[in-house]
Amino acid sequence: MIALQHLSVQLKGFALKRVDLAVHTGEYFCLLGPTGAGKTLILESVAGIVPISGGRIAVSGRDVTGLPPEKRGVGIVYQDCALFPHLNVADNIRFGLRYHNGSAAGARTRYDDLIHKLGLSSLTERSVTTLSGGEQQRVALARALVTQPDILLLDEPLAALDPCYREEIRDLLAALHHETGLTILMVTHDFTDAHRLAQRVAVLHEGRIQQTGTVAEVFNRPATSLVADFVGFKNVLPTRAIIDHPGLGPLIGIQHDGIEQHRYAAIRPEHIHLLSASLKNDTRAPLAGHITAIANHGLFTELSVDITGIILKAVVPTSKLMTEQLEQGAAVNLRIDPGNFHLISNP
Amino acid sequence: MSSPSQCPATGDQGLRRWAIRDPFHWLAFSCSAVIVAFILVPLIEMIRQPALGDLQAAILDRDVLGSIRLSLITSGGAAAIALVLGTPLAYILARRRFPGRKLLESIIDLPIMIPHPVVGIALLSIAGRNHPLGKLMQAVGVQIMGTVTGLIAVLTFVGLPFYINTVKAGFEEISPRLEHVSRSLGASAGGTFCRVTLPLAWRHIVVGGIMCMARAVSEFGAVIIVAYHPMVAPVMIYERFTAYGLKYSQPVAVWLILVCMVLFLLLRIVSLDRKAAA
Repeated sequence: MIALQHLSVQLKGFALKRVDLAVHTGEYFCLLGPTGAGKTLILESVAGIVPISGGRIAVSGRDVTGLPPEKRGVGIVYQDCALFPHLNVADNIRFGLRYHNGSAAGARTRYDDLIHKLGLSSLTERSVTTLSGGEQQRVALARALVTQPDILLLDEPLAALDPCYREEIRDLLAALHHETGLTILMVTHDFTDAHRLAQRVAVLHEGRIQQTGTVAEVFNRPATSLVADFVGFKNVLPTRAIIDHPGLGPLIGIQHDGIEQHRYAAIRPEHIHLLSASLKNDTRAPLAGHITAIANHGLFTELSVDITGIILKAVVPTSKLMTEQLEQGAAVNLRIDPGNFHLISNP
Repeated sequence: MSSPSQCPATGDQGLRRWAIRDPFHWLAFSCSAVIVAFILVPLIEMIRQPALGDLQAAILDRDVLGSIRLSLITSGGAAAIALVLGTPLAYILARRRFPGRKLLESIIDLPIMIPHPVVGIALLSIAGRNHPLGKLMQAVGVQIMGTVTGLIAVLTFVGLPFYINTVKAGFEEISPRLEHVSRSLGASAGGTFCRVTLPLAWRHIVVGGIMCMARAVSEFGAVIIVAYHPMVAPVMIYERFTAYGLKYSQPVAVWLILVCMVLFLLLRIVSLDRKAAA
């Protein structure tokens, strides 16, 4: 397991502020957050690469706060793989073996097992500079795993890969975790990684952990407006503005007693349904508005809809734009299930 | 179908035609030609002017040979000292961020800026009996004035910035993440330096050593203050020039130039290899 207690790191222009985090033994844990939130800094603090200014770090129940990186039992894989360019694939993977006790036969078995499992058998004599992104990432994983670390730290291992390799390595990580039961702490800003791999996640913002929980908890019930915004609640509105709104106020009041005690109400864009303007008087679509902006994201398009002073964002399949004549300025009607509003008390 | 002669100009050809017509291109070309000529013409003339017999006589002259050998030994010694003591400093400058780092970098560059006779005088000023360091050196039998030790000391002084700056640039090119991974795999800081950093920086270390040696072999100003004798090649050339004139100094100068050219070629070969590898 990994336990961080009040971990603080002070750098020029950035600080990690009293971070508390517990990753359970055998857990796959993802650290989420926007760029510059301090995710990699937490990883490097655990690895002993960055000097910390306060707090404690424990790995597998052992206080490693004052230990150098080589004594921590931590494996790390970076986004750019950080393979040693002067060594071939086999020598990269075997690099750490000489520093670890155990029989040579055992090490050899582990090496053989890993290169077989990761599909590297035919690449062992190749220079690492000639490998594809996916192959490089597999070598980096093998190199970290062959030393049998207590925990594995992954710093956005899929971010630099082509989409086809990304899926492949994601599946590989899931399989490796399933087989080895290793404790993994992974930094990512890709929600697919979190949904596919993580048992729990934490969202980090400006050096502070905003929320920790299961993927479902964090993505469906964000604790702060910052988390809500980060996990895709594109509509985070002050409750006062909603209560005072002629259309939204009565709607939300039906389901949420004491809404005024909360600071924000948030709703995902996919929970806002656009209906044809011809259904204007239909009780299923009580909110009338007009489209103020259209942002095409390929398969889906994000529409900004003005409903008497409040702009709501909704997503529709792009194909629907033509069939429903959804264009800039077009009148639309919205249907919102008030139960989909999530109330937030913290900023 | 058009014949090859009727084909429109390709991108490269068009660019070349544009460059030929552009006045800026001609201005840049002219300035470059002047610079290259300014460097090459005096050197070529000096190599061309001495008769072959004079060159042969010069290289058979035991004093000339001895001075060139001494120049190579002392400048090689300076490069070796720079390698041993300068490599850790270059590594620290490349990897660590600490207060006063910029100041330290400026101090390292000082020998490039100071007039070189001043370097000689400065070294002598700490080697005298009136200075505690001078007393200590004399107590252990180290003499600076008029000795090979003094020559190596002064050549190290002038060559160090070239070595440290080159090697520092080499260390900066290596991603610190490689070292982080090495540490996480179990290697100590020293083990990481030997197994990861050094193998990746060796070309810069070689280039830095050659640059330091090339700078040291051509040093005159500081050397003449510290040790007129034993005589290194630049001092020998100076002495021949002042005592016998241009004709007698040229053959020695030609041989020194040839030695410098060999060093320069080595530098270029190593640099080209590095670029090819990159």
